Amino acid sequence: MGLSPARAGGRSEPTDVQIQGIGVGSRVAPAPIRFVLNWGRRYSLWVFNFGLACCAIEFIATSMSRHDFIRLGVIPFAPGPRQADLMVVSGTVTDKLAPAVKRLYEQMPEPKYVISFGSCSNCGGPYWDSYCVTKGVDQIIPVDVYVPGCPPRPEALLHGILRLQEKIGRESLADRYHWSPQRHIRSVTEPLVLPPGRPDVG
Amino acid sequence: MGDGQATREVVAATSGIHASDMVLNIGPQHPATHGVLRLALTLDGERIVRADPIVGYMHRGAEKLFEARDYRQIIVLANRHDWLSAFSNELGVCLAVERMLGMEVPVRAVWARTLLAELNRVLNHLMFLGSYPIELGAITPIFYAFREREILQAVMEEISGGRMHYMFNRVGGLKEDLPAGWYDRAGEAIETVRRRVRADIDALVRGNEIFRARTRGVGALTSTQIEQYGVSGPIARASGVDFDLRRDEPYLAYGEIPADLLRIVTRTEGDCLARFECLLDQVYVSLDVAEHCIDRLRSLPVGPINVRLPKVVKAPEGATYAWTENPLGINGYYLVSRGEKTPWRLKLRTASFNNVQVLSELLPGTLIADMVAILGSMFFVVGDIDK
Repeated sequence: MGLSPARAGGRSEPTDVQIQGIGVGSRVAPAPIRFVLNWGRRYSLWVFNFGLACCAIEFIATSMSRHDFIRLGVIPFAPGPRQADLMVVSGTVTDKLAPAVKRLYEQMPEPKYVISFGSCSNCGGPYWDSYCVTKGVDQIIPVDVYVPGCPPRPEALLHGILRLQEKIGRESLADRYHWSPQRHIRSVTEPLVLPPGRPDVG
Repeated sequence: MGDGQATREVVAATSGIHASDMVLNIGPQHPATHGVLRLALTLDGERIVRADPIVGYMHRGAEKLFEARDYRQIIVLANRHDWLSAFSNELGVCLAVERMLGMEVPVRAVWARTLLAELNRVLNHLMFLGSYPIELGAITPIFYAFREREILQAVMEEISGGRMHYMFNRVGGLKEDLPAGWYDRAGEAIETVRRRVRADIDALVRGNEIFRARTRGVGALTSTQIEQYGVSGPIARASGVDFDLRRDEPYLAYGEIPADLLRIVTRTEGDCLARFECLLDQVYVSLDVAEHCIDRLRSLPVGPINVRLPKVVKAPEGATYAWTENPLGINGYYLVSRGEKTPWRLKLRTASFNNVQVLSELLPGTLIADMVAILGSMFFVVGDIDK
């Protein structure tokens, strides 16, 4: 593994360490093993709710007793993106917020999935002609499942989760890592915005 | 904030140890901020020295988009900025446009709007009644709160087709008449919600020792601060500012509702507990008012529920300001028209924006553990702040 060289005292710039994927051995793993692996992964999705707007309320409604997506193995108790498998972007992504969305996505460990929940995060929705709204979260992070609606009903989110689980069940981890863009350590260590209190804070 | 003064002295006495203030960033994505409010806190140990709310992460440019939509389309955007009180928001826009047009709204529409606005108020308050305990470590109440929300949402969905964004207001009334048998179902829902709020949420939270210890005497706002910052709604009434547009400048049918039903819930303490209790008691009042509206609607003669509009709605040249008592406070709509089919300017005065500004005065001197309790008790919606 390419660990960073010993630092010569003080804080040095983080070096570009390629974050490694899984080994090539996974490609030759027997099919039953791969099936069991995917079966385990699809029913244990720790979800990180990127709650932004109206859709976040429907997300919460889906997690409550009436609709209860925990019965599908979606667990809404991830303390943060670093412990999550699935990010649900629910709400309007604005240009001011877009860097934060990207940063939190980068912080999630592989394999990671994204559900874009609601028209706003799909394509801008009713704010399609706004000067400050990102027209679709897929412009900044890859999206696995789109759930349409403004806001979508909880049943729609349940359906989206089922589709995602089908997708996970079908996929080969080796293939997924093959096309997954190589990330740099810099993407999660560089400051996103200057800390407040600096003279040039926006 | 005599307590803060004492700390500063302690710090000064021990300033032999070189220490600098720490800047802590809360948000933009933080569970305690109900979305994407960002707070820049300057900390001295565990005590907050300075707090700056940084708004704008949810700015969607709604006011500018209003200028590119005609008066029917505006309602779509107007109900989305405060997503928990969609009906009240679309109502404000319709009231402003109707006033510009000098339109007479049918009496059944007026009563139905009052009823739905109150149901929407309950829906809004239930969300906060559930989410505030969760921030203080009690998970259970939100399950009850959402069970009640689902009951009311089913009733609202039956008439409008929407669970959150009803789009049921039209300029001149409502979209269509209420379906047959709906009054009975709405009455049942109100009865169920009242019983369950009292038995579950009220009994579970209000007297809870831990909850009271976390909230009583924490984050007290004075009525002077309320007036300085233009804070309104349940937060203002918890500090003894007895002001409610439903009573003081009645719109819709509020003027005809007897005063013993439309009680204005106030407290004098101004702390987190008082704010929570204001919200909780307001639920009962709103349910009573909604029940009264149903009774009135039953007794009204058959008649239209909206006004037939021309193909192109053009507000005459001029300006008007309509304000409503939204669940979270006073929302104002300043509408300027130049006689076109779109408004020249529609300025929103939203409750949450003003309510959040007082945080920079309220938070300094408090402990960081109390910050979550105070933030949760301010009952804001980020979209309502940033528009």
